[in-house]
Amino acid sequence: MTSADQTLEIIPLDTLVARARLLREQGCRLVQICATRLPDQLELTYSFDRDMRLSSFRVIVAPDEARIPSISSVFWCAFLYENEMHDLFNLAVDGMAVDFHGKLYTTAVKFPFGSTKAPAAPAKN
Amino acid sequence: MAYFEMSRLALTWALKKPATTRYPFTPRQPIPGSRGRLVFTRDHCVYCTVCAKKCPTGALVVNRAQKRWAIDRLLCISCGYCVEACPKKSLALSTAHGVPAVTKDLELG
Amino acid sequence: MPRTIIPFGPQHPVLPEPIHLDLVVEDEKVVEARPSVGFVHRGLEKLVEKKDFTEFVYVAERICGICSFIHGQTYCQGLETIMRIPVPPRAHYLRTVWGEFSRIHSHLLWLGLMADSVGFESLFMHSWRVRERVLNLIEATTGGRVIFGTCKVGGVRRDIEPEAIQQILVELEGIEKDARQITKVFLGDNSVKDRLCGVGVLARQDAYDLGCVGPMLRASGVAQDMRQLGYAAYGELEFQAIIRTEGDSFSRCAVRCDEIFQSIDLIRQALAKIPTGEIAVKVTGNPNGEFIARTEQPRGEVAYLLKANGAKNLQRFRVRTPTFANLPAMIRLLQGCDLADVPVLVLTIDPCISCTER
Repeated sequence: MTSADQTLEIIPLDTLVARARLLREQGCRLVQICATRLPDQLELTYSFDRDMRLSSFRVIVAPDEARIPSISSVFWCAFLYENEMHDLFNLAVDGMAVDFHGKLYTTAVKFPFGSTKAPAAPAKN
Repeated sequence: MAYFEMSRLALTWALKKPATTRYPFTPRQPIPGSRGRLVFTRDHCVYCTVCAKKCPTGALVVNRAQKRWAIDRLLCISCGYCVEACPKKSLALSTAHGVPAVTKDLELG
Repeated sequence: MPRTIIPFGPQHPVLPEPIHLDLVVEDEKVVEARPSVGFVHRGLEKLVEKKDFTEFVYVAERICGICSFIHGQTYCQGLETIMRIPVPPRAHYLRTVWGEFSRIHSHLLWLGLMADSVGFESLFMHSWRVRERVLNLIEATTGGRVIFGTCKVGGVRRDIEPEAIQQILVELEGIEKDARQITKVFLGDNSVKDRLCGVGVLARQDAYDLGCVGPMLRASGVAQDMRQLGYAAYGELEFQAIIRTEGDSFSRCAVRCDEIFQSIDLIRQALAKIPTGEIAVKVTGNPNGEFIARTEQPRGEVAYLLKANGAKNLQRFRVRTPTFANLPAMIRLLQGCDLADVPVLVLTIDPCISCTER
């Protein structure tokens, strides 16, 4: 398993649902949806698998103001990932198939990944 | 016929010695190589603080100036990194289970 | 027909970990199931900001108690691919052996819970009795029963001596004999078959579309097993993905029973071929890059997204566990089932909720 077996492509936000539909027609299944908060942007990585080959595409949005369309109309199982993204990152997702309205995880701090933090030095004693 | 398989299993074990041990009346035989409680021998320790730096949970508190070695037993996960890191071989993992702690204080070595 | 809402969980004798379901019931038929997760959310993904990448193996292993070794292994594999560390072959084989032991003990645990959920408590106790033998073997070779603590970035921390290998093979024969006895009861006993056959049928296309992984997918006829990717030593061992086509709970139980014997066979193959040499290499420098590492856990495919930018702490650590992928299938299966089948259906996905919520 090497890095060469996986593809990563950056696509614009408005082609997200169309791209997901295309991959569904090609027979892919959804592997994961991940959000990463970087200091000045938010990266969403969607990964799909077909015949053991992983292809991912990435959408880059500005933090705290973007509204992401849900792909649960194409892949029903995506609602769980999107609810989690909303609860942890304060990301607004439109049109989730099953919407928990922020109650998926009840954390002491709302939107734990909500603020940008540079990685701290490892804590030793 | 699977009825007889289960009856055979049940009968065999009804007649055999039970697979469980009557702990605490019968002491448990520890398995050699098991990672248990950390044991510290003070004789060779030079208080270099390498074990404290390597500890992933921060359970060890070592002070070179005061010649003090202490461990927070509740934080120790018996991973063995300190044992591998100690240059004077004064730390070892015994196979004994951890003793229930009654205070949260550091235990001095 | 008036509807009642019955809460299931978070504490229930059949559940290994807490999950809450609000079952909307119409006269003993479940119309809808509303899940509520988050009871064991520990925020482990945020801990990357505090622990550096070598220490983080300990956190990764403690995401789950049942599938802990393969979590650590996937993390190490992901980092080793990013940093291009050449892991010695002996370490690969040792990881494979321990991974397969992890799979055997996890499946035996699940078999016991499944027997408990249909009310067959003595079979539950027998399955866990066989599991004790596996755990003793694991403790003798790694030092821990549940959290092995042997994986590190660059290899493994402990070796298995040749005399120990002989003892393992002897003990494995005893375990196989015991496992054959109990799987015969699981697959042949009429009371078990009554409760499992025809319950929770998932058609092949549905299983694929819902994003199922692992034995859920393989019991519906799709032959996908992440071990075919060839990581660790799997590229040099021979095995086939075990599939069934009926897609009901009985076939999922049968797939897991067969996987126990497949794992025993894989351990024998690996121990016969294990090369001599080093068990770890030294790791210098910091990781830079990103990678999605995928391995086959007992419950299915786990995907680790690791992203690093040259600092000692990783930038992002994301775990997509197999139960997370199987949860939508469970919600779909629960619609329209009988109330008495709910424990069987919840257990049939092999829920490992602490993995799901990290």
